[in-house]
Amino acid sequence: MTAPERAELPVVPVRHPGRWVAAGVVLVLAAMLGHWLVATKALRWDVVWHYLFDPTVLAGVRRTILLTIVAMAIGIAFGTVLAVMRLSPNPIVSGFSWLYIWFFRGTPLLVQLVFWYNLPAVLHSLSVGVPFGPSWLHTDPKTIITQLGAAILGLGLNEAAYMAEIARAGILSVDEGQIEAAQAVGMTRVLTMRRIVLPQAMRVIIPPTGNETISMLKNTVLVSVIGYAELFYTVQIIYARTFQIIPLLLAASIWYLFMTSILTVGQYYLERYYARGLAHALPATPMQRLRARLGIGPPVQGRVSAVQLSTRQEHR
Amino acid sequence: MTELMVRAVGVRKHFGRLEALRGIDLEVDRGAVLCVIGPSGSGKSTFLRCINHLEKVDAGELYVDGELVGYERRGDRLFELGDGDVARKRAEIGMVFQRFNLFPHMTALGNVAEAPMRVKRQARSVAEDRARKLLERVGLAGREDTYPRQLSGGQQQRVAIARALAMEPKLMLFDEPTSALDPELVGEVLDVMHDLAATGMTMIVVTHEIGFARAAGDALVFMDEGVIVEAGVPRDVISNPQHERTKSFLSKVL
Repeated sequence: MTAPERAELPVVPVRHPGRWVAAGVVLVLAAMLGHWLVATKALRWDVVWHYLFDPTVLAGVRRTILLTIVAMAIGIAFGTVLAVMRLSPNPIVSGFSWLYIWFFRGTPLLVQLVFWYNLPAVLHSLSVGVPFGPSWLHTDPKTIITQLGAAILGLGLNEAAYMAEIARAGILSVDEGQIEAAQAVGMTRVLTMRRIVLPQAMRVIIPPTGNETISMLKNTVLVSVIGYAELFYTVQIIYARTFQIIPLLLAASIWYLFMTSILTVGQYYLERYYARGLAHALPATPMQRLRARLGIGPPVQGRVSAVQLSTRQEHR
Repeated sequence: MTELMVRAVGVRKHFGRLEALRGIDLEVDRGAVLCVIGPSGSGKSTFLRCINHLEKVDAGELYVDGELVGYERRGDRLFELGDGDVARKRAEIGMVFQRFNLFPHMTALGNVAEAPMRVKRQARSVAEDRARKLLERVGLAGREDTYPRQLSGGQQQRVAIARALAMEPKLMLFDEPTSALDPELVGEVLDVMHDLAATGMTMIVVTHEIGFARAAGDALVFMDEGVIVEAGVPRDVISNPQHERTKSFLSKVL
């Protein structure tokens, strides 16, 4: 008598009763929420739908997008400059950067916004010229610091402080050997930064920058306190008149969710672009998977890394 | 035009309290291959890095092709060179690193063509044509569009050699080019270096490959604790070392 081979014996997988219970509880709660959303008359989905594509609401959406793009552009551009300054061997240059980050991260954004908006009250004229000397160009600060001006200034300068830290972490993540190799082929510091360091730092910079952009999109609501008619301020004006507070907030939330979803997708593709040249497997994009399933385009075999592909070619 | 490509007179370098180089005197002829051997921490890599000013010399004089490295003499003063001038001089010296240091976000072709395009401002078509020829020369034809991570260590190091050659250097520095490679990949890199030496390129090679030093080297230097202990024709130094420290080192690596 010999014992049967292991492979012939039936295998009983581990049971997970706890997981099934948890899944059941979640399902019931979700069903309750769904029912409440549909059955509650007071939510007034008809009103939500009516205002979702209302011209004034759409104008608010446009302003929110504009504000996000411009403020992020300022934040990224100025933040990168601050990051490079922070890494400068000159103590005054790096000290300024440190001080800037300390101030703008250390005070609330809302306070900064209100501050910029009210600055013209104490600043009577803006001029361009020699410091402490003659000046040529004079202007009334009120022409620059409008509601939009204060909003862009406040959001952009605040964002620069956060972007500076993100960019600095990215720059520091690049291997020292890369800088030496670039210098050894005769690249100047500026060229090394632009062609070698920053493109590699992007891999570290992009994910938190995506988060920042999403935060920025939502933080634009703060601008409503200085009366700039972005999405939230727009719906506030409407419900102040109609008292349909919840339906209008739902409409605004749907727009915010839609916009942040678009940003998430954008971030996904941007990360893929900057991951080129890495040994990590790049999973197929949803579009590639869809095409493969429909039979148009190349087949997708789960996760195929570029390294595997190249060794396969070698075997041929 | 002097006959000497590199001349070092009493070169010193220290990192904090550590003296890495304690007075190096050395001459390398144009077209010669100098191999530098020695235990780790002997200062051989530091000396190599001083030659293209990746490290600043603390004392002594270092000349490449008759010109002082990193400084300019005006009257009786030495002026430190700015970033642009240092970069211009580095462009004339090729360097190959132990860990390859290829640019991971660029293809093999991009790695080789980048500096000619950006530093020498060659047209893309010109730079890429030449890069293709150089990759072929180091045995990597057909690998132009491959990223560094997809290449073996030996292949990466050969791309790195092509990258350095793309700038048409007058001097090539090799910092332990085969130390990070699997044993079976060492040969392909040494072959490329052999071929390069045969073309009359002036080379300084920090290495542990005694066989290469014997076969391709015109001169051999043994360094220990920041000084040159022994120098001479490779065959003589290897088979008949005069100094105790050289003897004990060679007995360990041979």
